[in-house]
Formats: sequence, structure tokens, C-alpha cells
Amino acid sequence: MQVFVNFIMDGLNLGSVYALVALGYTMVYGIAKMLNFAHGDVIMVGGYTIYIVFLQKDMGIAAAVIASVLICSVLGFVIEKLAYRPLRNATPLSVLITAIGVSYLLQNIALLTFTSELKLISSFIKLPTFNVGPVRIEGISVLIWITTLVIMVSLNNFIQKTKTGKAMLAVSEDRGAAQLMGIDVNKTISITFLIGSALAGLASALYIAKYQKIEPYTGSVFGIKAFAAAVFGGIGSIPGAALGGILIGLIEALAIGYLPDSIRPASDGVAFAILIIMLVLKPSGMLGKTKIEKV
Amino acid sequence: MVMLKTVDLGISFGGLNAVNSFNIEVEEGQLYGLIGPNGAGKTTVFNLLTGVYKPTTGRFSLAGEDLTGKSPTEICNHGIARTFQNIRLFKNMSVIDNVKVALHTRMKYPLASSFFRFPNYFSTEKRMNDEALRLLEVFDLDKHKDYNAASLPYGKQRKLEIARAMATNPKLLLLDEPAAGMNPNETAELMETIRFVRGEFNMTILLIEHDMRLVAGICEKLTVLNFGTELASGETTEVLKDPQVITAYLGE
Repeated sequence: MQVFVNFIMDGLNLGSVYALVALGYTMVYGIAKMLNFAHGDVIMVGGYTIYIVFLQKDMGIAAAVIASVLICSVLGFVIEKLAYRPLRNATPLSVLITAIGVSYLLQNIALLTFTSELKLISSFIKLPTFNVGPVRIEGISVLIWITTLVIMVSLNNFIQKTKTGKAMLAVSEDRGAAQLMGIDVNKTISITFLIGSALAGLASALYIAKYQKIEPYTGSVFGIKAFAAAVFGGIGSIPGAALGGILIGLIEALAIGYLPDSIRPASDGVAFAILIIMLVLKPSGMLGKTKIEKV
Repeated sequence: MVMLKTVDLGISFGGLNAVNSFNIEVEEGQLYGLIGPNGAGKTTVFNLLTGVYKPTTGRFSLAGEDLTGKSPTEICNHGIARTFQNIRLFKNMSVIDNVKVALHTRMKYPLASSFFRFPNYFSTEKRMNDEALRLLEVFDLDKHKDYNAASLPYGKQRKLEIARAMATNPKLLLLDEPAAGMNPNETAELMETIRFVRGEFNMTILLIEHDMRLVAGICEKLTVLNFGTELASGETTEVLKDPQVITAYLGE
């Protein structure tokens, strides 16, 4: 029983970080209707920012987190402006390929700058571990859970309750009509990327606090799973992304825990297998909106 | 005062002259009709006037200010609002949110306020709410303010589109076939609404319509388009008697 509870704890930890990253994917997809495959790599850049500011320059945790959020926001903004905006009226496929290109570009820049060597950042954000009955809970996990929850609620709130949020919803539904109501579509999409990338910066701080390492491919591997989480929960839906993240995390932790040794290395595949089954049963994801086609 | 003036406005797609040398002068407060057979280029004129298409020839101005070549967003902010032939409400948003979205550029607070909820967030949101409610009351839609826009009956969706357009605080309102798909009762109610909007807001209105009863009933002046060129123009009663118009449009 205790082993099971610890697996669940692991799953929740992993899942909350997935959830945070999935929020970034789902937000950009929901508003701009494009898959920003470079989102994971923006997180990787955030990780290296922390590596430089915290470890090399020794400027402290707060400075590192703020630097990471700032650099990621600016990077997201610039990527959107240079790579995606010129393709605003292009087919979704061209935008998708461009996003994959940007992802590889960032990875290769990181490879050139930092080499492929794994960088350890072991002393970043230390919190005590405590026991609740037989269950060990790491302080950092609690921090991740709270951050993810707060961000999910405030993001939802922002989109539903503020005028910028409503402009985003309008752009997402009908770009042309939104424009004719005086909404600046480019500016609205820029703000979306700015917020999504700021979340990436925060996610990279939590990722490093939890896993204490960074390498050029961290973002893409992690990003793909978070993307799967967003699809699982229903891409475009904010609570869906959080739910999907947690579930993918749990599935992965339980697969690692209970699969026989011989096939344990394939544990990554379990989450994707379940994703496929899920999509066959409910193609719009768990909390996604089902479209009814009128004939 | 001349509210809308176009000079030789035209656009061609490839070799096709969709609209050719279109000239119109709409006085402030006038109800002006634009009619013509299907494919005559009426909606294209609206798309030119709202910046969706950039004209290949000519210019147009609103209250003396040249708006040729401006983007749809800028043109909306200068005071031209429109509705659409096939309703384009934000269907997944509530009725009141549809109106609030259109208040977007009139009432502002900085982005930081939306995150940190500075006092100006609450005051501006409240002003937007009040203004949106006031508009909905004018159009008798306030009872339905929390409904999903898509769940309104057809006639009310048309009304909401007009309310949303009015929320952008326009000087000129373009209505693209407002009576399309309406039954006679709804059309009669719509005529009342259009008259009311003109009276209440002293609005200048340019409308495209196929329903001749509506056109004859409310428009003071008409321009008839056929194959992208102007066929006739003038007082409604005169134009509708013009033999050329009758042949091209109304049938022998």
C-alpha cells in the first residue's frame, strides 16, 4: 500500500510539471489555433538561463527565476513575431513545420553554446521533506502543486473576466469578425505568446528545482509529453490541460512502478498508448468541446 | 454633412472587375440602400469600406477623413461598423460578452491591471458592463444577457449583431442583408429596429438588402449595382421606377 501511495505521489509531481507546460501549449493553441512545438524548447532556454544566472553568476534564486521568466517571455514574443506572424494567413501545415524548425533551431543553438553535456544544478530551491503518516512529501512538490493550481485558476480567470481575455476568445472564434470589431489580432496573439512563454519560464524554474539538471533536449522530450497531456485533456481547454498533465504523470509513474523489469524501459509508451485509446473513444479529449456538424 | 464619400472606388480580382468605379455620397443621418442582383458586388463594396479588401482604384472617406488602405481594425476605430450577411457572432460567448468585446477599444486599462487587479480594472470592467447592459436594453436583449449567443433565435441574433456593431461607437453602420432568412414578422420588427437605431443614435446607415418591401419602406436613397457597376442612383421611389433597374433586377 505504501509503495502504491509513493507511486501516486511521484505521479502527481511529474504530472503537475506536465500540467504547467501543457497550459502553455493549450493556451497558444486555443487562441492562435497553432501548435507551438517550440514551447518545450523555450523551457529549455529558461533552464539554461537559470544555469547561467544562478550557478555561473551566483545571483540567487529570485534573480534566476525572474531572469528565466523574462528571457522566455521575450523569446516567445520574438519567435511569434519573426517566425509565425509572417505566416498568419498560411495553411496550418506551414505553421506547424515552421514551429518544428524553430524547435530544432533552439536545440542546436543550445548544443553549440552549452554542448550536449548534462548540466547539474543541484542546489536550486531547497525545501524540506516532511512525512504525513507513512507518506513522504517533498516540499518542492508542494510548491509545484500550488504553483500549477494558482496558474490554472488565474489563467482561466484572466481569459473569462478581463477584456484582453475576451479579445483572445473573440480572436480564437472568428479572427475576421474580431478585427472588424476593432480588435488588433496581431497584438492579441502577441500577448498570448507573451503569457504562454512566461509560463514556460516559470515551468523551467520548477523543472530545475525538481530534476536539478538541464540538457539541450530536455525541452523537446518533456514538451512532447506535455503536448500529449494537453491533447489528452482536450486541447484548447485550460482545466483540460491541467487534468491531462496530472493523468499522464500518474500513468507514467504507475507504469514505471508496476511494469515487469523486462519491459520497464517502454514505460513512456504506456502514456501514449492510453492517449491513443482515449482519442479513439473521445477524439476531442477529456474536457474538449465536441463539435456537432450541421448538414 | 457628407458622412461617407467614395470616389471611383474599385477592385479587381485577377481579370475580374468585381467593383468598378463606385461613387456614392451618404449624408449624415441618412438611410441609404445598396441593391442589386446576386453577385453584383454589394458585399465587396462593404469589404472595401471595412478594409477587408484593399481597393485597386479610387478612395473613400468618412466625415472628410480619408480611410483608403487602412486596416479593418483602424477603420473600425475610425467609426465604420458592420454586420454580416451570414451572422458572425462569437457563438460560444454569452450575449453580453459579445457586446463587451466590441467595447474593447473604447474602454481601456493596461494589461498589468488585468493581472494585478488594480482599481482601474474594476472601474473599467464595471463601466463596460453598464454600457453593454444599456445597449442590450435598447435592443430588448437584456433578458437574454447570459445566454450563449448561438442559442438565441435567429431574429434576435441579427439584433445582437447590430447591438455589437453599435458598441464600437460607429459614425456609419453597414448592414449586410439584415433581413436575410427572416419571416415577414421578423422583417417588420427589424425595420422598426433600424428606424429606431437611426432615430436614437442619429446614425448614418448604409444597407444591402434584397427584400424590396424593406428597402422601399425605410431607405431614402438607393444605389443599384449590376456586374460591379452603378446602374442607377437617387431617391428610392425614382430609382425603383427606373426601367433599367426593373429589367436588371426586378424582372419585367
